[in-house]
Amino acid sequence: MSEKKNDELLHDHNHDGIDRRGFLKCMAWAGTGAFCVMKGGVLNSYSLGRMSEINTADMMGELSFVQISDSHMGFNKPANPDVAGTLRAAVDKINGLAAAPEFMLHTGDISHLSKPEEFDTVEQILKGAKPKDVFYVPGEHDVLNDDGKQFLERYGKGSKGAGWYSFEKKGVHFIGLVNVMNLKAGGLGTLGHDQLEWLEDDVKHLKKSTPIVVFAHIPLWSVYPEWGWGTEDSAQALAYLKKFGSVTVLNGHIHQTMQKVEGNVTFHTAASTAFPQPQPGKADSPGPMKVPAEQLRRVLGFTDVNYVQGQHALAVVDSSLA
Amino acid sequence: MRRSVSIAGLAAALVLGIELWGTGQKGSVTSAQGRMSTMEVKIDNFSFGPATLTVPVGTTVTWTNRDDIPHTVVSTDDPKAFKSKVLDTDEKFSFTFSKPGTFPYFCSVHPKMTGKVIVQ
Repeated sequence: MSEKKNDELLHDHNHDGIDRRGFLKCMAWAGTGAFCVMKGGVLNSYSLGRMSEINTADMMGELSFVQISDSHMGFNKPANPDVAGTLRAAVDKINGLAAAPEFMLHTGDISHLSKPEEFDTVEQILKGAKPKDVFYVPGEHDVLNDDGKQFLERYGKGSKGAGWYSFEKKGVHFIGLVNVMNLKAGGLGTLGHDQLEWLEDDVKHLKKSTPIVVFAHIPLWSVYPEWGWGTEDSAQALAYLKKFGSVTVLNGHIHQTMQKVEGNVTFHTAASTAFPQPQPGKADSPGPMKVPAEQLRRVLGFTDVNYVQGQHALAVVDSSLA
Repeated sequence: MRRSVSIAGLAAALVLGIELWGTGQKGSVTSAQGRMSTMEVKIDNFSFGPATLTVPVGTTVTWTNRDDIPHTVVSTDDPKAFKSKVLDTDEKFSFTFSKPGTFPYFCSVHPKMTGKVIVQ
């Protein structure tokens, strides 16, 4: 990128790493294909059409990983009778990224009906991805009928409780949380007392400067409680993370990209690789949104995340499958 | 001729209806009137319809999932009065209510979905 383009935003008047004007512009673009990069505490937003102009060095850092979500293997209705095909398309796109990601996060709803063959198919397809390690958290579709027993047997090695865990990669502390178990009538997603206690203990020893990435299926912020798009006790979890300078929260569940910045916390939801869901309140229910076949891959996607040491926040980039 | 047959049929249906209504009133619903003691709840657009269903004791309620997304029907009582397996599109779950009372339930996959059956 040899010169600054007109629609690149570089405002950080409060010196807090949050470019509010830029962020608003990012938000406005979110539905039509934009992506946002946080670099050096400044948020840059680019329209998707200019992606090829961006220097890949801008996207690279110490650590690069990919988030995929809501593959819903087994779903076979309009708008997507071939969710295996679109997951394969996501893998192809991931394999074509300029900065090869080191691993993948899958933020749940791997399967549609918790059937063994659905999990098998996803594992088989993801074997074709360059990054070999996949870290999973369950969605509500992965723990049907057996309270998550099968999920734990497959993916829960070394995890606590219903499958929560943490790990370190190049100085970044990753925390996988489970908020789809023991849901109460009328309520939202739930972390529960045991998991919250574990979380408090897990981050207690970490330095404030440690970048934190939290990933869980249901959003850990109140996206749209009327449709259950939020987590009852997420405020408690976030309270334990207040001391950290950089917290990135990655969720799925709502089958569309959405971002919010609150203090040092950046919230982000990923697109599904299977089918889109309507914007909050824009339909009678959050059921699958039917779109013309030629538009489907524009509303499916995955998320690429980059961490550059010493920088305020991680760069979060959404890519569609189109 | 045609006309008198239909009138006779109508009269028979009316008599049958009154008889059934009569036995129901006395609270002596038996298996012989099984057809009467079946009620339907439809799951559409992430909601139970009707959300509140009032039935006589002995009624079998059948839930049908008409959404593209799987749902469940799970009692919120402790211990649970009933619990379905996950219901994919067009799958059904039935439960016979043999005791009076109010039976709240929800979809354990989408807990915002709630309903109740009042058994009298």
